[in-house]
Parts: sequence; C-alpha cells; structure tokens
Amino acid sequence: MDFSLTEKQKMIRRVTREFAEKHIAPIAEESDQQSRLDPQVMEEMKKMGYFGTCIPKEYGGAGLHEDTISFCIITEEIGRIDASWSITTGVHASVCAYPIYKFGTEEQKQKFLIPLAKGEKLGVFALTEANAGSDAGGVETNAYLDGDEWVLNGSKIFATNGGIAETLLVVTKTGQKGKRKELTVFIVDTNTPGYSVGVREDKLGVRASNTSELVFQDVRIPKENVLGSVGSGFRIGLQILDYGRILMAAQCVGLGQAALEASIKYANERVQFGRPIGSFQGVQWKIADMGVAVECARLLTYQAAWMCDNGLEYGTMGSMAKLKASEAAMQATHDAVQIHGGYGLMKAYAVERYFRDAKMAEIYEGTSEIQRMVIAQKLLRRGY
Amino acid sequence: MKIFTCIKQVPGVSEVKIDPKTNTLVRKGIPSITNPMDNNATELALSIKEKHGGEVIALSMGPPQAEEVLRQALAMGADEAYLLTDRAFAGADTLATSHTLGLAIKKILKDSGDEKKYLVICGTQAIDGDTAQVGPELAEELGLPQITYVQKCELKGDKIITERVFRSEETVIIESKLPALISVLKEVNDPRFPTMTGIVNAHEEMEVKYLNANDLKAGKENIGLTGSKTEVFKIFIPEKKGKHVVLEGSVEEMVQQLCNNLKEDKLL
Repeated sequence: MDFSLTEKQKMIRRVTREFAEKHIAPIAEESDQQSRLDPQVMEEMKKMGYFGTCIPKEYGGAGLHEDTISFCIITEEIGRIDASWSITTGVHASVCAYPIYKFGTEEQKQKFLIPLAKGEKLGVFALTEANAGSDAGGVETNAYLDGDEWVLNGSKIFATNGGIAETLLVVTKTGQKGKRKELTVFIVDTNTPGYSVGVREDKLGVRASNTSELVFQDVRIPKENVLGSVGSGFRIGLQILDYGRILMAAQCVGLGQAALEASIKYANERVQFGRPIGSFQGVQWKIADMGVAVECARLLTYQAAWMCDNGLEYGTMGSMAKLKASEAAMQATHDAVQIHGGYGLMKAYAVERYFRDAKMAEIYEGTSEIQRMVIAQKLLRRGY
Repeated sequence: MKIFTCIKQVPGVSEVKIDPKTNTLVRKGIPSITNPMDNNATELALSIKEKHGGEVIALSMGPPQAEEVLRQALAMGADEAYLLTDRAFAGADTLATSHTLGLAIKKILKDSGDEKKYLVICGTQAIDGDTAQVGPELAEELGLPQITYVQKCELKGDKIITERVFRSEETVIIESKLPALISVLKEVNDPRFPTMTGIVNAHEEMEVKYLNANDLKAGKENIGLTGSKTEVFKIFIPEKKGKHVVLEGSVEEMVQQLCNNLKEDKLL
C-alpha cells in the first residue's frame, strides 16, 4: 500500500493552491456577499483547464479522466479557498461533462463535450424537482416523441450553475413500465426555444455559485440528444451521482482543511488570560478532533477516487466519503467559529462563510440521510 | 532560435537553517521550489517564443530530484529540459557550475547544427546562495555579451533590447545583438501558472534528458568541488546581540525614555 502522491499529483496540488490563493482568495468574501462569480476569475480558471479536468485531451480537457485523485486534489484546493468555485467547476465537470464523455456518442462529444471541457460553455445536471430529489424516481418532467424530436415539459429546481449554463443534462420521464417510471437523460442546449431560467435562489451558503430553477415548455430536442439510451436514465443518473459524490467529498475536505488552518492560526495568535488560547485544553481538543475528522474524510475520498480509477465498484465508498467529508466539514467549521468566539460570527472572518458553506454540503448531492440509506442497504445486502 | 533558460532548485523558505556541524543548508523537511527569478526567466523565454517563434530549452544542474523544477518548466511550456547530474558535479561553486552549464549549452547547440543565433536567460540570483554570479560567468564561458539585472526586455529582429534601473533612479536601456545572455529580476514579468494540461503533458508525454560529465566531455579539473576556485569556509546566522526594548506611553514619554536610554549607553 502506497499513500504517496505522484510527482504529477504533487505539482497539481501546489500549482492549484498557489492559483487559488492568488486569484480566488482576494475576492472570495466579496463574491459571497454579492452572490456573484467573478468573470475574471472565470477566465483564469478556464485557462488553467479547471473546467475540463476529468476529460481527455482529445476532447479539449486536461487529460485527468483516469486520475480522479488529481481531480479530487484540484477540487479540494479550490474548495479550501472558496466552496462556491469548487462546486461550480466540480458540478460542471463531474456530473455534466464527464457523463457525456462516459455515455455520449462521438457526435455528442464533438458537439457538446469539447466546449464544456474548454469552459466555453457551462454545464448542469438537472434532476431535482419540487417533488423529486432524494426520491429520484419521483421525476415528473416528461418528454414524448413527436416525429424525430422529443418534446420536453416540466421544471427543475435547485440546479447548480442553472442560470449561467448553456448545456444541461436533464433527467426526464419518458414512459412507464408497470409501476416503474422509465427515465431518460437528455442533453439540452439552452438556446432551444421553450427553455427558460426561473427563480435564482438566494441561499445560506455557497452564495456565489448560481442555483436556479429551469423551466421547459414544449422544448423540442432532437432524437440524437438522448444520452445513453431511452429508458436508461435511472441507471445512468445513479452512476453520474456516484461519480459526482467523490468530488463533493473532495470539496468538503478542502472546506474542512480551511477551517482547521484558520483555527490553528487563530488559536496561536489570540491571547486571553495572558496566553494563546491554543494552550487551553478546551481549544486543543477541538483542534485535534478537526484534524482527525478532515484526515478521515481525505482518506475515504482518495480511496473512493482510487477505486474509481482502478475500475472497482466505488459507489458505496463514494457515499461514505461524501457523508464523512460533509459532516467533517460541518464539525470543523462549527468548531472553527467557536474557537474564533465573537469574531467567528463576523463576516470579516472567513470561518463565518465556511460555516454556512459546510451546511449546504450536508444536503446537496444527496443528504446525509440518503447517504446513510445507500450505505446501509449495501452493507445489509452484502453482509460484512 | 534556441532560448535557454537556467533554473535552480532551492529550499522553499524565507529563513534558511544551517547545520552548524557541516556548514550546509538543512534541507530535511523543507520543500524544494524553483528559484523564483528563474520562473521569470522561463516566462520571458516563453513570451519571446510566442511572439517570435523558437524553442525554449530549460537547463538545471543538481541532484536527480531537481528534475521536479524542470518538469515545472515543461509544464509552463518549455520544449525541452536537460538535467545536468553527476556525482562529479557535486560541490560546485559558481564558476564550476557556469562551466558545466556552458558545456551543456555548447553541446546542445552543436548537436542541433551549430545554431549561431540564441539567447540565454537566467534569473539574476538564487534565494539560497544569492551570489548573482552564475549568469555573468556563464556569459564568459560562452563568450557572449551579458546584460544583468534586466527589468524589461524585448526582442527586435536579431537584437535584444533591455532596461535596467541604475542606482535606483536612472533607467538604462541596453541592447545587444544575439547571441547574448541576460539575467532578469522579478520585475520583468509575472510568471504564468502551469495549466493542468501542461502538468499532465510534462509528466506523461515529455522527458527530462539527463546529461552527465561524460556526455559533456567535462574535464574533472573544471567541475564539481575540484573545479571550484572558492570554498565555503563557514556559514552562520549572525547571533542576535543586545536586548530589545519596547517603549510604552505617550509619544513625549517614549521620546524622553529613548533619549535617556541612548544617553545611558553613551550614544547621545
């Protein structure tokens, strides 16, 4: 067993850390307060290749499609500075671009994947609806075939990148087999007539990232825009979520790490009763627990990524990673605010933002409860 | 046109620690980085290439782990990278280092058909040794005109036009025909970050070529410790002398106390 990163992975970490500290850190607070992704940072991130991390070079990506650990490192390092950016690039690449690479036809890759990988267009994976989210089978957005085109109707909510994206993967009901709905994933170009963006949500955390409602009214989609095959939407959708969870876990590792580092710095600097507060056991125990939680999360996340890269079934490990990492981030950011005392409640300190961002991660991309359900079902079935 | 950029791997800390027994830098547990001004040199080489064409060749002399800084240069966009590594190169002072780098540049030029027009770019100095000697000595090795402490640089035809600030007030514009050597300061540009694709290519598709003393037909007497004309007798961090006093109170009180202290020490 070898836990060391390769030279390539080490360089990716160092460069991404330097990049995020130089370009993202100075405006992270402002982006949060204005609920806005800075367009200049967006351009810099495109140049760096962060929108096509997990896509092969021949499709305009960085060529890390078989190195999910590197993708995790990138997401973690961006998340360490600003979770709004790591969710923007993470969601775009892992649950929109990557599925097109994985399940798409050559024509779909040429048409949709290349602009996504280059960051020329932003992508969305749209599953959640007013009455479907945790229960993916409850999807009501539907499509029927009319000649050579599918006609889509319905609406999606809470779509990450929704208002700024140009390519959508939309999970849609296309039929019914007995009791089960037949689902299909469509690739939708947002320039198609009948498509519109509804409400842009005003959120607790990851405020700079765009979360919007998507509305489809008789949106006509050519037959060749079906991802995979008609009726494969449930299976594909779950696989897409499995992969995406690893990256959400990685983002939480970064967020937890940020909270830990801020706490260490503050504990060493802040003097009360004549000594740094880090010398008090009450603070020390928090720091120790944060360190352990973040490190556990990192190990599970990298293990899930490693399993993915080695062709092993990684779904359960990905769920474990996402559960542990989001709860570790919540614990670490909660303690970070506590260690900062009154200052931790103020916007002038980044831990206030980390705390709000962490809460989001326990809910999106599968709540902690859903992760526990998935993990328990798997464990109970396999018996060990 | 070949544009050579010379890179050194240095400890990535602002305060170095020295082992008092061996008189050498403590490297254990300290990450290594590319000497910052050498990144400026690579950036300049790449920007000249992007405007005028050519080929950027990164060179470094050091132990095998120095390959890392060359991979970074490749990731930034350098076309080729050579690591000059051999136990016989160890312990080199600036003269032996520049001799070795000079041999490598001559060999690369010769192997590619004796190109006459080329440019060598060095960072002015390294953050560990801080000598600023390798650039000028390398120019001598190669018989090239040298322009040091360059803050601005542009290539026009077969001339390199540079600016350096003299005595921190006058700007001097110096031009030279190619081939030439320039050493740059950090003000010359803002080095690019290697892109993700660049990093992948640098590790998966490109190679760092190794050159040893034999490859360079280097004479033992001119390389490594034996080729060094200088020897480091002792390195030490100056001991802090005297005590440090913090004065408190109003400005008047503090000034009064300062005057009293200076008088006591017979400095006033």
